[in-house]
Amino acid sequence: MTSRVREIIIRNLFAFLAFISVMLLGLIVLFLFREGLPLFKQISVNRFLFGSAWYPTYNPPEYGIWPLIVGSVIVTAFSCLIAVPFGLLSAVYISEIAPAWIKEILKSIIELLAGLPSVVLGFFGMVILAPWMQETFDLPTGLNIVNASLMLAVMAIPTISSISEDALYAVPREYKEASYALGATKYETIVKVAIPAALSGISTAVILGMSRAIGETMVVLMVAGGAAAIPRGIFDSVRPMPASIAAEMGEAPFQSGHYHALFATGIVLFIITLIFNLIADHISNRFKEEGSGTL
Amino acid sequence: MNHYLKPLILMISLLLVGAGAAFAENIVIKGSTTVLPIAQVTLEAYMKANQGANISLSGGGSGEGIKALIDGSTDIANSSREIKKTELELAKSKNVEPKENVVAIDAIVPIVSPRNKVRDLTVDQLSQIYQGKITNWKEVGGENLEIVVISRDSSSGTFEAWGELVLKGAKVSPRAQLQASSGAIVQAVSKNRYALGYIGLGYIDKSVKALTVNGVQASDKTALSKEFPVSRFLYMYTNGEPKGETANYIKFVLSPAGQALVKKEGFVPLPRKK
Repeated sequence: MTSRVREIIIRNLFAFLAFISVMLLGLIVLFLFREGLPLFKQISVNRFLFGSAWYPTYNPPEYGIWPLIVGSVIVTAFSCLIAVPFGLLSAVYISEIAPAWIKEILKSIIELLAGLPSVVLGFFGMVILAPWMQETFDLPTGLNIVNASLMLAVMAIPTISSISEDALYAVPREYKEASYALGATKYETIVKVAIPAALSGISTAVILGMSRAIGETMVVLMVAGGAAAIPRGIFDSVRPMPASIAAEMGEAPFQSGHYHALFATGIVLFIITLIFNLIADHISNRFKEEGSGTL
Repeated sequence: MNHYLKPLILMISLLLVGAGAAFAENIVIKGSTTVLPIAQVTLEAYMKANQGANISLSGGGSGEGIKALIDGSTDIANSSREIKKTELELAKSKNVEPKENVVAIDAIVPIVSPRNKVRDLTVDQLSQIYQGKITNWKEVGGENLEIVVISRDSSSGTFEAWGELVLKGAKVSPRAQLQASSGAIVQAVSKNRYALGYIGLGYIDKSVKALTVNGVQASDKTALSKEFPVSRFLYMYTNGEPKGETANYIKFVLSPAGQALVKKEGFVPLPRKK
């Protein structure tokens, strides 16, 4: 076999494999829409998205997912509030401040955290954190927004931290050296030079962390409490969209309204994560010219 | 040589036993997670007593089991509720005749934390609480605390029976929490004096306090006599009269030995007939 023939074969094989994975993704999306869209023959998109009652198994059924959307958005927002400072500051520490040996240890610990199965986190939240939280603060329930957000934050921190760290690492050495040469302190250099130069990478990290949190299922199924109502406070239970899909899909009769409604909820979730990823993509492209400190 | 002979003979005999099993009928059981423990222990005992019998069991919920019976992918459908009219019609259209076999009685008991002072609730009070119309324990004779209502997910037979026996079709408040298993409800209720949940009689342990309903304590006796208001029958549906291995297995479940296992799992055994 000549090397040219081999080259052609390998190139085509790679193209074929790439095509297959894209096609699989396309088929999944197609399936999702095919199973979800028939719902809108029964009710309007408006009543589905903004209806406040989710009673899919009653007669007549009600398929309003507004409380589920609110639940998802709230736990995601809160988990970001917790995960962004921790993720970003640990990235700054690891890439700018820590001595080499601490850096190695911390990096591997954070990688370990990323590999923690979500069911383990959920179990921890349910069996340890929830009773403790309920008892200590005398709350009506420990299965609430704060608990779910904390567990989701633990999942989002490794994502945010490792991508931010890569972004900080890619900030050109000359930038920092120039800053020191002008007499800036280490703190000033980090805050005014390194972080701004790596901002697009950091934003990407935050958005990817958020899209991880909003799609997470097991944790919210186990610790968010599962009340399909608009919460009145941060210690109320909520039922985020993935929890609803996971808890109910098993019993939803095939091709019924309930079944289509769960797939339609999946479409909403898909669109939200798609938007997140497009924003992340846009940010990392848009600010590329600011230096090599981008991903 | 002798060294190799023994394992060889063992292997051949195992193969023969395996072949024998392959000729025996396979039974597939599917459905209610409430009936699952009953099916699990009885089929283990049954397979031990009848070498070669091969039974596979899975959960999925009552609706899932009946669905499988209708499309022919299971021999026995476990159900914690009676078959619905719509399901019966669907079965008829596919020439399936679901035959009801009552295998045990289940009582669903409201539970609270042992630290909660309330001892009794009426069915009406339970219904009002689950609908979100009563929201404070002091309205039913307890402390001035918010009631945290905990319910099962809408796919469980326990949820369906509770909705039928207590709520009588009224909607559960959207503020009710949702737990995906009886174990999770015990976990959520045991240490929380705000919480109210419900589980099968068989899942009650010392970490929770079982409430009396309308003044009646849940027990084998009161469930059997239907004196305890929240009790129900548990079913194994078959397509027509059970035949062959399936009939033998159901006979075993209903036998004194099978019913002893039912009792051991925390359910209420059926009274002896005759």
